[in-house]
Amino acid sequence: MKYRKRNRGWFSLVALLLAGCLFSLPSVAQPQGGPPADARKELMQTLPGTTSDYWRNVQGGVTGTTSSRSPGAETLIMVQGEQWRNWRNHWVSPGGLIALGGSAAGILLFWLLVGPVKLEHPRTGRKIERWTRMDRTIHWYVASLFIILGFTGLMLLYAKWFLQPILPGGVWAAFMTAAKNIHNYLGPLFALGLLAMILKWIRHNAFNRVDLKWFAKGGGIVGKGHPQAGYLNGGEKVWFWIVTFVGLTVVISGLIADFPNFGQSRETMQITLLVHGIGALILMAASFGHIYIGTAGTEGAFEGMKTGYVDESWAKQHHDLWYHAVKDQAIDEAELEARKAGNSQTAANPTQAS
Amino acid sequence: MARMKFLCDSERCIDCNGCVTACKNANETEWGIQRRRVVTLDDGEIGKEVSISVACMHCSDAPCMAVCPTNCFYPTEDGLILHNKDTCIGCGYCLYACPFGAPQFPKQGAFGARGKMDKCTFCAGGPEADPALEAQKYGANRLKDGKLPLCAEMCSTKALLAGDAQEVSDIFRERVVYRGHRNGAWGATQQEPGLSELARQAAELATDAARS
Ligand code: SF4
Ligand code: SF4
Ligand code: SF4
Repeated sequence: MKYRKRNRGWFSLVALLLAGCLFSLPSVAQPQGGPPADARKELMQTLPGTTSDYWRNVQGGVTGTTSSRSPGAETLIMVQGEQWRNWRNHWVSPGGLIALGGSAAGILLFWLLVGPVKLEHPRTGRKIERWTRMDRTIHWYVASLFIILGFTGLMLLYAKWFLQPILPGGVWAAFMTAAKNIHNYLGPLFALGLLAMILKWIRHNAFNRVDLKWFAKGGGIVGKGHPQAGYLNGGEKVWFWIVTFVGLTVVISGLIADFPNFGQSRETMQITLLVHGIGALILMAASFGHIYIGTAGTEGAFEGMKTGYVDESWAKQHHDLWYHAVKDQAIDEAELEARKAGNSQTAANPTQAS
Repeated sequence: MARMKFLCDSERCIDCNGCVTACKNANETEWGIQRRRVVTLDDGEIGKEVSISVACMHCSDAPCMAVCPTNCFYPTEDGLILHNKDTCIGCGYCLYACPFGAPQFPKQGAFGARGKMDKCTFCAGGPEADPALEAQKYGANRLKDGKLPLCAEMCSTKALLAGDAQEVSDIFRERVVYRGHRNGAWGATQQEPGLSELARQAAELATDAARS
């Protein structure tokens, strides 16, 4: 997750809201077809004599004694299984597609209609450090794991619909095994990165009055002139808090699902997996907005997270308050090159004035 | 084609776990894996206690099949739900969706990672051409040899029936009619008034279900 939102931070909000609305649409596509199986019918067939009274008991999860040690073995019937299937297959799966597709389409449309935010003044050639090496390391560590986990997660949810038909059986099996193992083993590493990121950046992310005005101006889209912004603008802060809350939800649910050896009940796992899937899909849909704003959407933004430095013009345009606080630390491109060539002693840490 | 089903006559099941043992023996399942189990409700309460033998019900619209991320389940012509262990990734989703707690997992690998799912195959083996390999992975393929599932075959009271759904429910209906005329013969049937009536309804249901 790149950490720039510049002017159009509002856009990720819109994308997120859009995604959210679409998400709650009844499933249009019902890829799995038909209504869920009826446990009652199956039971009556297998255990004739199942009367309505009896079924009520069974449905309430009646338990007995058994010699089986399998988790949940003492429960005769777990009707929640069918509810879980329904939630997963008829809501989360199609909902996720709608959220991701809607977010991507919205961004594309925005890009075509409005286009990227250009620098209003030519570059001065003087650079200001915005993201320290540590910031960038954490950012790209989390970002790459996010992409890998997102990809493998999507495969676990959707690949059977489009990949299985075109892959030979053995390749399909290997692919899915790899997807699951990569997802399960990298998950905890992502959790560590996310924690580090939250701790490292949380102090920049308290909302203040400047942010309110920034929101009122829609991040620069409403009215004239750019709204003021400090080190981080309102949109970036919103993204930070989305990543924090939704991200932690996904991480915690992911860890519960990843370690089934603590005797979690099937019902716990059902809820956990739903929360995990919904949270992850929301994050992914929102991350499209973040990625757009940080790359193609804003001229001069990407170099900040790539090199650590942004151009003075960019800083002034997008984060004027921060710029005024740190402008005396701006250095020439040549000096920057020299510094970099010298060694990685970027030493002074000019980003911290917020 | 016949539609295979189990039927457990709870009036007859005596919780001897013969089916469980027979299954284990026929299929040589791994340690910790029990494809069939007997659940006893109201254990020890005279007149109320009832035991039911449960394994995979080979559902008509199987929830396990619907949620499996790798699509390793497949229905057979006999209406059985079998699965391919080569594609199984041990995610456990089938267990979370199955109403009957049928899928079983060998504990395997680090951090409690599951091994490949195992469940009742109706003694019909699995997708493996080599019989030795099939036996090793999926257990017995008795159906191929024209035999019925061992759990039902070994049931000492013939509470557990397995086979063509129509035939199985015909047998059951006959029993119910018989019992209905001599209620006293079966301890539990005396406990609830009108049970023979209920049983008749149930038998009809079973027949309906078998036809569906
Ligand atoms: S595993 Fe469960 S859901 Fe699947 S067919 Fe068997 S009983 Fe039905
Ligand atoms: S554990 Fe295996 S059979 Fe069950 S849902 Fe996962 S991949 Fe499919
Ligand atoms: S049909 Fe075969 S595999 Fe299934 S429970 Fe009976 S003995 Fe076990």
